[in-house]
Amino acid sequence: MRWLENLDRRWIFLAVGVLVLIPLLRPLALPLYVSPPTQGFVNAMDQIPDGSTVLMSCDYDPGAKPELVPMTRTAIRQLWSKHCKVVVTVLWNGGPGLVDQVLREEGRAAHKTYGVDWINLGYKSGNEAVMVLMGQSIPNTFPRDNSGGVTTSYPIMHGVRDYSSFPLLVSISAGYPGTKEYVQQVQGRFHIKMVSGCTAVSAPEYYPYLQSGQLEGLLGGMAGAAEYELARHEKGAATQGMDAQSLAHMFIALCIVLGNVVLWQRRRRGA
Amino acid sequence: MTPHLSHDLGVWVGAALTLCVFSFLYKDNPFYKFAEHLFVGVSAGYYIALNYWTVVWPNLLVPLGAAFHGQPGGPLAASQGDYRAFLVIPGILGVLLFTRLFGRIGWLSRWSLAVIIGVYAGLKTTGFAQGDFVAQVQASLQPLWTGNLYNDFGAILFTIGLISSLLFFFFSREHKGALGVVSRVGMGFLMVSFGAAYGYTVMSRISLLIGRFQFLIQDWLGMR
Repeated sequence: MRWLENLDRRWIFLAVGVLVLIPLLRPLALPLYVSPPTQGFVNAMDQIPDGSTVLMSCDYDPGAKPELVPMTRTAIRQLWSKHCKVVVTVLWNGGPGLVDQVLREEGRAAHKTYGVDWINLGYKSGNEAVMVLMGQSIPNTFPRDNSGGVTTSYPIMHGVRDYSSFPLLVSISAGYPGTKEYVQQVQGRFHIKMVSGCTAVSAPEYYPYLQSGQLEGLLGGMAGAAEYELARHEKGAATQGMDAQSLAHMFIALCIVLGNVVLWQRRRRGA
Repeated sequence: MTPHLSHDLGVWVGAALTLCVFSFLYKDNPFYKFAEHLFVGVSAGYYIALNYWTVVWPNLLVPLGAAFHGQPGGPLAASQGDYRAFLVIPGILGVLLFTRLFGRIGWLSRWSLAVIIGVYAGLKTTGFAQGDFVAQVQASLQPLWTGNLYNDFGAILFTIGLISSLLFFFFSREHKGALGVVSRVGMGFLMVSFGAAYGYTVMSRISLLIGRFQFLIQDWLGMR
């Protein structure tokens, strides 16, 4: 095992690369199941009345695309399957272009009309301040949408005043500002039901909100997105990526075990 | 899977830059440096333009213009319920931030920073108290015996973990005897949570790699 002590780390990079690449070219179809937090997300979305208007805050940038775009697509498809209207906001400055592209693709596929079935209010800087301001007036906080049109001129915005206009807040979040800030500033203060889809790295921080009932459901990272696709009987980018995810995780677990064995041997030798 | 190379120039630029960044895994090189510098420059320009057109223009300049032109009661028509002219104040505070670029009057930016820090400290404190502190303490008070064995086991384990983890951070007494035992149990729970967090972090990072490979395979090479 001594060769492991001097192993060039680039061999590990190569191994991870190969283990990720192969299942993307030749899927292994490893089993997946829907966990309770994901089921909670699906159920919360199912329980909102058909045709209602839902607020969806897509707070991410291209760095979180593989994890959060698949769940954004599935969530908006689920909402549209219930004839819901979707008001989208973005609190990350790298996000508006990506979010707009995703929504327009889904809108075209579902034959949904901009300004009637959905609207992208775009980006606004200010983090928590924006969240609190939206509690006073959404049209005043976002006077113009992502494409520069006057927000109040769109039919979808006619009944939208503040958080009380929505039965559910869907937070798709890559970090700060995102789900945590919505829970702190909005969920308790304005008494709105809330679900979250987040990057895996922030999921452990949000589980306490799920346990306390502040969140009705939680999608954690690519695994959460894949479970959501499974629950909706869809097969999207997250499901395609899960085989690669599983193989890479097994390899990293193996690396951790081998690293500990090497360390243990070195200690035994007194090195 | 037959390759059908993309005809989109944007996809080719994205693929080339992705490969430039991946080349760093072998060793630092000019291709990586080029991609890194390009990213920083483009991001800075993009963020300035984005903030101007999504914040400064619709939330400051347009309402200010409306307040000072054609307003029946003059710009300060607050008595008529129009407070838009008051946006001059945040506008001035925003401009003051740029005084940092001019050494002698740089101290003026502290006024703006004081407002920003004051507002955010207030928002954060109430938000944390309401969303985290009270709600989490409430959720921690769980019934330990409900008759449902699975739920009861979870609640008891949760309570042991909560108390022992809290006691691990009690430093007013040396961790010996009973306190030592409990704090070691707490440390065990903390280790499990760190392990879970690490696993999730690995998942996030691998997802990034998967996303780039999916882009290269599907969007660039056209292998679907």
